[in-house]
Amino acid sequence: MMDLLKLLMRKKENSKDIAKERLKLVLIHDRSTFSPQFLEMVKGEIIKVIQKYMEVDEELLDIQLTKTTSDDGERVIPALVANIPIRSMKQGIR
Amino acid sequence: MGEVIVITSGKGGVGKTTTTANLGTGLALQGKKTVLIDTDIGLRNLDVVMGLENRIVYDLVDVVEGTCRVKQALIKDKRFDGLYLLPAAQTRDKNAVSPAQMEKLCAELKEEFDFVLIDCPAGIEQGFKNAIAGADKAYVVTTPEVSAVRDADRIIGLLEANDIRNPKLIVNRLRPDMVRRGDMMTIDDILDILAIDLLGVIPDDENIIISTNRGEPAVADSKSQAGLAYRNITRRILGEEIPFIDLAARHSLFTRMKKLFGFKPA
Ligand SMILES: Nc1ncnc2c1ncn2[C@@H]1O[C@H](COP(=O)(O)OP(=O)(O)O)[C@@H](O)[C@H]1O
Ligand SMILES: [Mg+2]
Repeated sequence: MMDLLKLLMRKKENSKDIAKERLKLVLIHDRSTFSPQFLEMVKGEIIKVIQKYMEVDEELLDIQLTKTTSDDGERVIPALVANIPIRSMKQGIR
Repeated sequence: MGEVIVITSGKGGVGKTTTTANLGTGLALQGKKTVLIDTDIGLRNLDVVMGLENRIVYDLVDVVEGTCRVKQALIKDKRFDGLYLLPAAQTRDKNAVSPAQMEKLCAELKEEFDFVLIDCPAGIEQGFKNAIAGADKAYVVTTPEVSAVRDADRIIGLLEANDIRNPKLIVNRLRPDMVRRGDMMTIDDILDILAIDLLGVIPDDENIIISTNRGEPAVADSKSQAGLAYRNITRRILGEEIPFIDLAARHSLFTRMKKLFGFKPA
């Protein structure tokens, strides 16, 4: 029922609004063309912080700019996804 | 000392060549000594849009290779005082010219001309690099479509990376009827996304095709809507404050009457 409603609403939405929404999204991706260096920088900082608390495998650490759906499931939004394998927790932090 | 302006877009077919021809002619009509350089080597077009294709002897590659002097390669447009064209080579490829050679050529031309307009090829490779090498300023042409605006954004980034600051935007082929029914992005939508200054808006106009058929730029045609838009841009380039006409505005009978009787629109 909800989905049907959404589908109907979508039909009514102006095609130019859809165009603008799609453009905004694709540009977030495009504009991160500096990502190799940029992501390396972010990666370095994240490692620094996390290493205070746990030992991580720097080699396997993976950070990417991707897309995900927003909480209400209505829109696609950009997301920074990090996969950080933990070797062990540091002593004495619990 | 003149100004070198590159007209670029990323995407092909959005109106770079049409815009170069019209702004060049417009500037010449305003008494400015202007030269147009076609840098689309291998896909020469500006000559036919200008109706000067039968007068080509030498081209851009001949000039940079030293086969002839710059003056010998410039085609003087006999219809418009002070307007010249330096055509692209048709049978060579983009690598026949280097950015350093373009820089030198532009520096030489702006000693003599008020405006040097460079018609850039599509893409972001060698041809683009050549076209922007000697430019002081850039005008980015787009149409109100997702792919064209996306490419314009890319180009704006590349221009800034090459120290060409504050490029200005020209939106071409606007369809007021489509904007009104919500099926085409508005100028505000596009400016919102690209975040650069607007130089002008050209409506989609069949007169562009008719004038291109004849080899006579629409800017010289007093009855063409697109021609008027190009005349307005020309005046803005020369520093006049020309208000932007909202092509998509719905004119009520009342506002039309007010206009008719010479009241300033609110
Ligand atoms: N405002 C306009 N209205 C109608 N047709 C246009 C307009 N601007 C450009 N065109 C047409 O679009 C085509 C592509 O234009 P062109 O200037 O050659 O683009 P580019 O140089 O960017 O590849 C041409 O056939 C031209 O006549
Ligand atoms: Mg062209």
